[in-house]
Amino acid sequence: MDYGFTTAAYVVAAVLFILSLGGLSGQESAKRAVWYGIVGMALAVLATLAGPGAGLWPLSVLLVLGGGVIGWIVAQRVQMTEMPQLVAAMHSLVGLAAVFVGFNAHFELGRVLAMDTAAREAATGFAAVLAHKSPVEVNILRIELFLGVFIGAVTFTGSVIAFGKLAGKVTSKAEKLPGGHMLNAGAAALSAICLIWYFNSGGFLPLILMTLAALFIGYHLIMGIGGADMPVVVSMLNSYSGWAAAAIGFSLSNDLLIVVGALVGSSGAILSYIMCKAMNRSFVSVILGGFGNTTGPAMEIAGEQIAIDAEGVAAALNDADSVIIVPGYGMAVAQAQQSVAELTRKLRARGKEVRFGIHPVAGRLPGHMNVLLAEAKVPYDIVLEMDEINDDFPSTDVAIVIGSNDIVNPAAQEDPNSPIAGMPVLEVWKAKQVFVSKRGQGTGYSGIENPLFYKENTRMFYGDAKKSVDSLLPMLD
Amino acid sequence: MKIGAPKEIFEGENRVAMTPDSALQLQKLGHECFIETGAGAKAGFSDAAYEAAGVKVVKTAAALFKEVDVVAKVRPPTEAETKRLGAGQTLISFFYPAQNKELLELANKQGATVIAMDMVPRISRAQKMDALSSMANIAGYRAVIEAGNNFGRFFTGQVTAAGKVPPAKVLIIGAGVAGLAAIGTSTSLGAITYAFDVRPEVAEQIESMGAEFVYLDFAEQTDGAATGGYAAPSSPEFREAQLKKFRELAPEMDIVISTALIPGRDAPVLWTKDMVEAMKPGSVIVDLAAERGGNCELTVKDEKIVTPNGVTIVGYTDFPSRMAAQASTLYSTNVRHMMTDLTPAKDGVVNQNMDDDVIRGATVTHAGAVTFPPPPPKIQAIAAQKPKEKPKELTPEERRAAEVAAFKAQTRSQVTLLGVGGALILLAGLFAPASFMQHFIVFVLSVFVGFQVIWNVSHSLHTPLMAVTNAISSIIILGALLQIGSGSFLVILLAALSVFMAGINIFGGFMVTRRMLAMFQKS
Repeated sequence: MDYGFTTAAYVVAAVLFILSLGGLSGQESAKRAVWYGIVGMALAVLATLAGPGAGLWPLSVLLVLGGGVIGWIVAQRVQMTEMPQLVAAMHSLVGLAAVFVGFNAHFELGRVLAMDTAAREAATGFAAVLAHKSPVEVNILRIELFLGVFIGAVTFTGSVIAFGKLAGKVTSKAEKLPGGHMLNAGAAALSAICLIWYFNSGGFLPLILMTLAALFIGYHLIMGIGGADMPVVVSMLNSYSGWAAAAIGFSLSNDLLIVVGALVGSSGAILSYIMCKAMNRSFVSVILGGFGNTTGPAMEIAGEQIAIDAEGVAAALNDADSVIIVPGYGMAVAQAQQSVAELTRKLRARGKEVRFGIHPVAGRLPGHMNVLLAEAKVPYDIVLEMDEINDDFPSTDVAIVIGSNDIVNPAAQEDPNSPIAGMPVLEVWKAKQVFVSKRGQGTGYSGIENPLFYKENTRMFYGDAKKSVDSLLPMLD
Repeated sequence: MKIGAPKEIFEGENRVAMTPDSALQLQKLGHECFIETGAGAKAGFSDAAYEAAGVKVVKTAAALFKEVDVVAKVRPPTEAETKRLGAGQTLISFFYPAQNKELLELANKQGATVIAMDMVPRISRAQKMDALSSMANIAGYRAVIEAGNNFGRFFTGQVTAAGKVPPAKVLIIGAGVAGLAAIGTSTSLGAITYAFDVRPEVAEQIESMGAEFVYLDFAEQTDGAATGGYAAPSSPEFREAQLKKFRELAPEMDIVISTALIPGRDAPVLWTKDMVEAMKPGSVIVDLAAERGGNCELTVKDEKIVTPNGVTIVGYTDFPSRMAAQASTLYSTNVRHMMTDLTPAKDGVVNQNMDDDVIRGATVTHAGAVTFPPPPPKIQAIAAQKPKEKPKELTPEERRAAEVAAFKAQTRSQVTLLGVGGALILLAGLFAPASFMQHFIVFVLSVFVGFQVIWNVSHSLHTPLMAVTNAISSIIILGALLQIGSGSFLVILLAALSVFMAGINIFGGFMVTRRMLAMFQKS
């Protein structure tokens, strides 16, 4: 088969991928869109196998299928609460693959450069592409490959650590080695030196040195970021895996890789931007970890937290006409989404208006809460975004906060000295009554006191979220 | 412990401090309950009902006082009753220690512990035993009912076959607990309700109850938070502005219910003689402050009078007692909550914990010492009001100017971005070879398309978006597939590993996306 066919197939695949991402604008079109993606991927792989440069395709097919079986099984078994881990784990695979492919490009380049002119003409496959490069192009290729390996390596260790943190295997606290960001800066500087070295010598040593430095940056950077910032981290890694693919695409002169890499990269970048905006923090401050210093003493909180039992909550729910539920990571941890959905069904069956208010950074993954609620069969048209629902709180009888803290903290609006001042929050306290389901009296991830818990219309409903909600169910008449 | 409620001996008092219901709850705390025969009769609770609830009925008050450890009453005790208290005995009742200094001394001399229900601090935790609030609530409700009883017309406006009836206009002065209860009752009867309070922060509460807040255009603002949520005396200028406003309103109002009280002072006179004279005949004034002299100049305590111009002024002071069944139920619940706090272990042993803000505040004599007045509570009742900045009202021109400025800023930032981006690309084009630029153009365009497309993705689909971008970022498999045909073993090995990992990702990513999307359902 000739090169033209492969290129044509790539164009079709690229269009399909764009449609696949564009289709995610609505729940119904998304179901179609995922098929565009699948077809695009199949087309791309087949065209590459059939096109010039590929070899050993029986082995390739075997490996793809082998990997596919594993992927299939994992995808079937994964719990929806484990989505963040899965996504992080999959990012690490892309990162590692990018590193390997980059290394390969380096080896091939070395091999081709060592050949004499006749052998170059005779070279086949990927080597043939390399063989026809001018010296300037070879230099550019080195930079591209270097960047690809660097981003890939950062993505790999970063994702592995993110996976560990999300799965609870690594502490979710922000931890740094002594030296803090100076270590990262040092590793980055080392990488930069390696780039110059590599650019001039083309040896393997600077490449491997840089790879080690990049692996360290990925590890240390993500270790220094706390659990609640994970939505930003995961979308950032998503973005990196895209840029890595794009860089590798440059070095392989493969346009489809570039297109898809750029799509994924910009998608991740936008997600990170949305997440940062939802926390009112700059991207840099999230990546550098920890909250900034406060500018003054926090506003003193007057009042006290008042507890309530299940009967009290049930009575209020029985009397309420409109209810808004604000879920957070605590709901995911307690696996309470089924109970919450059951509660929703019971309340809706009694003609009450029940809606969900979702903060963009609720959970550990962008859109995490939506997926959990969808899994529990909560209809998506009652699950609303923060901006859609914030104005409705004053006319709401009961707001239930399940396992979220900072995203409903009134200090963000009321206390200019609060570390989260200015962060957009769900204004649950404007509802006539607020119930907060919470494990205990502790502060949230950010360690900030939440004045919501002390408000006059707030009652604390202590206990495990799932057990708490379950205990409500039989009491609703 | 043994808890007993004697019959109230105050003339006209119908309430009782223990009901069969509250007795059941008290027994759960490990206490024994006693009642004087006939104590609940006027509130509608018979001796038999008490006995059915496991309460021992005692023949006389004297026997009851001798029998029990804790005496629960409504009204402050008389001197005779106080003398019956012995050492170690506890009395729970309204006591008004500031006004009843001698009685307090006497109780102390007897060695009794007195818990004054009117001294319960106004903090959130103590709301359940705030008897002043629960009685005020009843008074507010009853005041409207009493007004309706003396008012010859409907509250609600009606258009009937027999003619049109205008709705009654009700003014409520003072939006404390009683005032708010009156607002609620009045609006639910259908009257047009206005309410006034010197504390501007209650405007929201007033409006939430469906009444219209009577705004006073006056700069001075008092912050109720500093005085524990109660009103404070206002300056003479403020008072003048206030009276002027009332004078304006007087001819229009059919019913005026005044509830204005300042703690520890005589009631302020807010409804003067000339205002009463300006009112229409048949109008009604209910003065809930009658006990402390009244908000209306003409109020006669405990009496209902009709002025020469036909305005009825009700000066009763016993509204809660007029609804004895309801009042007894609420009051006995307040007492029961107090006992719950006093017996934290639920073992029937009273623990007079003087470190507890609520118990400390309410206890006026204990262990042979007068403990009134209490130290200020550790917790502030209400968070201090922060000065609210009013958002500046923009004139249309200003708004227009702001819009134009925003548009200009947006244009400027976009042009700058395009300029810088374009210049960078041109710069790259000067130095990089054409083959690189070809790919670079593809790259830039893809980033651009990506940004355009992703902004439209719905927030709720961000997780599927991540999963699907994850799956398609395994496009890196193409690179590996191109390299796997190479001659070197190391290259083949690394490429094979990459193909394998990308394979996991492709299938895993798409599968999990499909699973997630299938879950999204419309209701």
